[in-house]
Amino acid sequence: MTPDDVAAAAAAQTNTTWILVSSALVLLMTPGLAFFYGGLNRAKSVVNMMMMSFSAIGLISILWLFYGFSAAFGDDQALGDTPGFIGNVSQYLGTKHEELAAAEFIGLPLYVFMAFQMMFAVITVALISGAISDRVKFIGWLIFSAAWFTLAYVPIAHMVWGGGLIGASPEDGGLGVKDFAGGTAVHINAGAAAIALAIVAGKRAGWPSGSFKPHNVPFVALGAGLLWFGWFGFNAGSEGGVDGVTALAFLNTQVATAAALLGWIIVEWIKNGKPTLVGASSGAVAGLVAITPSCAFLSPLWSVVLGLVAGAGCALAVGLKYLLKFDDSLDVFGVHFVGGWIGTLWIGLFALPETSEVGESLIEGGGVTMLGHQAAGAAIASVWSFVVALVIGFILKSVGLFRAKPEHEDGGLDAHQHGESAYDTFTPPVTTGSGAHAAPSVPAGV
Amino acid sequence: MKLVTAVIKPHQLEAVKEALHAMGVSGMTVSEVQGYGRQKGHTEVYRGAEYTVEFLPKIRIDVLIDEIDVDKIVDAVVNAARTGKIGDGKVWVTAVDEVVRVRTGERGLDAL
Repeated sequence: MTPDDVAAAAAAQTNTTWILVSSALVLLMTPGLAFFYGGLNRAKSVVNMMMMSFSAIGLISILWLFYGFSAAFGDDQALGDTPGFIGNVSQYLGTKHEELAAAEFIGLPLYVFMAFQMMFAVITVALISGAISDRVKFIGWLIFSAAWFTLAYVPIAHMVWGGGLIGASPEDGGLGVKDFAGGTAVHINAGAAAIALAIVAGKRAGWPSGSFKPHNVPFVALGAGLLWFGWFGFNAGSEGGVDGVTALAFLNTQVATAAALLGWIIVEWIKNGKPTLVGASSGAVAGLVAITPSCAFLSPLWSVVLGLVAGAGCALAVGLKYLLKFDDSLDVFGVHFVGGWIGTLWIGLFALPETSEVGESLIEGGGVTMLGHQAAGAAIASVWSFVVALVIGFILKSVGLFRAKPEHEDGGLDAHQHGESAYDTFTPPVTTGSGAHAAPSVPAGV
Repeated sequence: MKLVTAVIKPHQLEAVKEALHAMGVSGMTVSEVQGYGRQKGHTEVYRGAEYTVEFLPKIRIDVLIDEIDVDKIVDAVVNAARTGKIGDGKVWVTAVDEVVRVRTGERGLDAL
């Protein structure tokens, strides 16, 4: 071996090690999400809320092994000269052990890349659950998870990352959309499905005038912290190795998230009078979402500005559900859909030179062409995911597998769906809500 | 015999306990309760949605006393519990027909 060969072998090992570590980091995000959502939820259905995330780890990991990875990352099934919607479903079937164990993918052992991407599929499905807390049968959630994963996550991941229509370069007939770690494939995708499911599931009893106060604020902060930690694997791991881009993505992830945390609490400080820990945690997640597609393509300075805009923008966007009258319980739309769009469009506005084959970003003098492509890719994912989720949801609802019975919702899904309780003392509800903007109402005292 | 019940702010418990001790009251029962009166609770805002927390944490103290002492004990509790701010709580007195000490079977004033 020449010295260059030795160096290349060492670099390949380093890259593989980093992606193994990143995979474990990304896995941790889903239990983190369970705490984040669990804390935001009411005490009577916190087990159900966390189970929706944990069940996604169980179910989606297996589906990803068997056919998900192959359909997403197998050779593109082109439509004539245009890149297609899906990969070769049989190419990397999980049953082909001898073949796959010997294969490479982007310079990594294929199994390493398959495991890394598996964690993305898991959390994308879990993200949707925040829109339908407290009111959906667990079996309905499981069936939805498998169906939406198959019909929306896999094709959109293929279109964005697997050589399909959205991400393929314009030379090959694609849109050339830049999505480094999943602004479109993960957050816009999950956010659009969340809007559809919130509509299909309908409002929780009493929403928005009843009490839907987060039941455990420290859980929310714990979950946000675990998400933040795991997100370094999500973003910096998406380089597929260790180089200058990994470093940039890592640093941008930190500074954008920090700025978004500040952006959110500044807005609520001005709007509501006090900065809250729920706001700081939510702002951090909004920043992580927005920097996800763009972390490799921005200077740290523009990442900070993106964070501020995303934190402040999402803090305002979470109020929209009260105007639009849909009970997106834990704000998947306001945080993931809106944050994903902001980060995706930001690339078209402020990307570094030579980011895209489509042309330069607006600030680099490339006009709005790149912005238009970014918007088109995000729009395709939004509509696709929304329609798929709406159809699956309506089918489940029509056969009675979706919305839980009112008495079970009232008593809490934990007891009825899981036969479990999160806490061994009974705490009666001690608050009433007044919705977003209404005046507080207090019954007569004794 | 009388039962004196006080619902007070949690951080006034120590002062009330000291005052009762100084009056020679030899025991008390304390429980954590929630409630509101004129104070009406407070509001909290999460992600822009405002919620009214109506039931605030309070401490309830129950003491059994000889009715001869009732006025000065009520005064002692009230003085110790008072901060002057809204939400200081209430004290009330109930007549008690009988008291039995479980261990010895003593009854009436002997059981206090």
